[in-house]
Amino acid sequence: MAVGKKDIECPPYAEGTPLSDEDIKEGKVTYVEDHPDIRYSWTAGQAISKFLNGLKEGKILGVKCNKCGRVMVPPRMFCELCYKPIDGWVELKDTGTVETFSISYIDPDAKPLPEPVIVAVISIDGASPHMGIMHILDEVKPEDVYIGMKVKAVWKGEEEREGAITDIKYWKPVEG
Amino acid sequence: MEVEKISGLKFHKKQDVAIVGAGMTTFKRRLNETGRELSYLAIKQALEEAGITIDDVEMVVMGSAPDTFDGLHMKSEYLLDGSGGSDRPYMRVFVGGGTGVFAPIAGYWHVASGLADVCLVITEEKMSSSYPHPQSAFKYIWDPILDRPLSPNLIWIFALEMRRYMHVHNIKHEDIALVSVKNKANALDHPCAQVAEKITVEDVLNSEPMALPVRRLDVSPPSDGAAALIMVAPHIARQLTDNPVWVTGVGWALDTTWWTNRDLYFPRYVAEAAKMAYRMAHITDPRKEIDVAEPYDPFDYKELHHMEGLGLAKKGEAPILTREGVTQRDGDLPTCPSGGLLGVGNPIAATMGVKACEIYWQLAYRAGKRQVAKEVTTGVCQAWGDLMQVGTVMVMSNKR
Repeated sequence: MAVGKKDIECPPYAEGTPLSDEDIKEGKVTYVEDHPDIRYSWTAGQAISKFLNGLKEGKILGVKCNKCGRVMVPPRMFCELCYKPIDGWVELKDTGTVETFSISYIDPDAKPLPEPVIVAVISIDGASPHMGIMHILDEVKPEDVYIGMKVKAVWKGEEEREGAITDIKYWKPVEG
Repeated sequence: MEVEKISGLKFHKKQDVAIVGAGMTTFKRRLNETGRELSYLAIKQALEEAGITIDDVEMVVMGSAPDTFDGLHMKSEYLLDGSGGSDRPYMRVFVGGGTGVFAPIAGYWHVASGLADVCLVITEEKMSSSYPHPQSAFKYIWDPILDRPLSPNLIWIFALEMRRYMHVHNIKHEDIALVSVKNKANALDHPCAQVAEKITVEDVLNSEPMALPVRRLDVSPPSDGAAALIMVAPHIARQLTDNPVWVTGVGWALDTTWWTNRDLYFPRYVAEAAKMAYRMAHITDPRKEIDVAEPYDPFDYKELHHMEGLGLAKKGEAPILTREGVTQRDGDLPTCPSGGLLGVGNPIAATMGVKACEIYWQLAYRAGKRQVAKEVTTGVCQAWGDLMQVGTVMVMSNKR
């Protein structure tokens, strides 16, 4: 084995050849392009299927664990802390509290949105404290949203609901 | 932070582990080199510093983030030859952004177990293959059933966490922006830096809104790059150098994937990982015993959040330390002296170059212009990732 480390400042040099977007667009570098088309169908599983079917009926369902005493949402078939099957299902209210929120100016591809959307973690009334789901807020100005704000679900019409998280269109402030 | 004192042998290891060399490529938004070529460049530099050749390497650990960026499955197989992994035991580890410190942790257990006396750790990321922007690949991190129908952007979770952190401790965005200002300025002294610049708090606060409170200059950029480390047994280290840097503690932990059920104001995943690493390193008061720190800083608030998780500041205290200049390179607790992800760049797994490699270089007094002013004995580096739930921590010391 070779002996002796060099007494140097590290990293001693910076290698790599930077390119700009233009180098690609104008074909200045050699590259290959592909657009894979891969399709998936995800089964929702035992717990989330029941949750989604609940949404279709206009209900938010949670589960409880008698060992740790938590009422959980989104529902799951086993308590991840006690690592045992849950002890039953509970219908929760369709009201809750804003735990945290963000005003998003970007879509999933980081492209600008025409109008910002307000996203929030909403803890659901009837579940244990801080048990929340992620969803959208509307019928409120971005500057008027605050942590601790009470909100209520705005549902799609019964015939439009399909058993999806979007069966709740958004959440709006509880008046008064 | 309370660290449990353990006498007796909690962690059984066969031998101590030293770091004797490190290397990295430049970090840039888009590099012409392939992942294999980048890995080769980083490893070449690490071998040169250590003064060994690839023939001396017994085992290889490779770290790289989601295959989705590359549009190529089984990336570890694709990267094998560039990683120096042919014809020897080779494995890939992956915990999202946490890989930058998890890969050297895996290298540590290869050597500490006695299975290898010389282990090469290589981390690589080529985010630019996902075109035109890697954000389009990032969105596949979201739960397909409950999250994706809401058209989320990955930034959302960080914005939600940042807002909660600011709310609980009543922290102003101005104080958080100081981290971005500091790290981008520190990066001016790093030869590999992508976004090193002198900016002001106002620049951050006036930058383009992404998902408020997160603005453009609160965020590190996507990058291409690679970084490598050489980890060896004590008898090998003695042959190579009088001043190796020792790995004295490692820790890792994950919090639940039900992230909307957690209180996001405090990174419990980091605190748990740090407890494990400190217990192993016999550190009971991290704020006093750690001389230099590289917490993971993909967002400016994350450096503060992670300092608190690492016990380097009390809950809510990190912004105060930052405002008082404690975390500057000439401060009492230099933090992200490399320039971090915010200044040097964020090639996910390859951020090892500004985390584990930087702490090694700082403790070996080889950081050049980036060398912190104070005398250093012990340093900590940390990374974070997956669905903002994993903490990976490594403690190093230049005293055995």
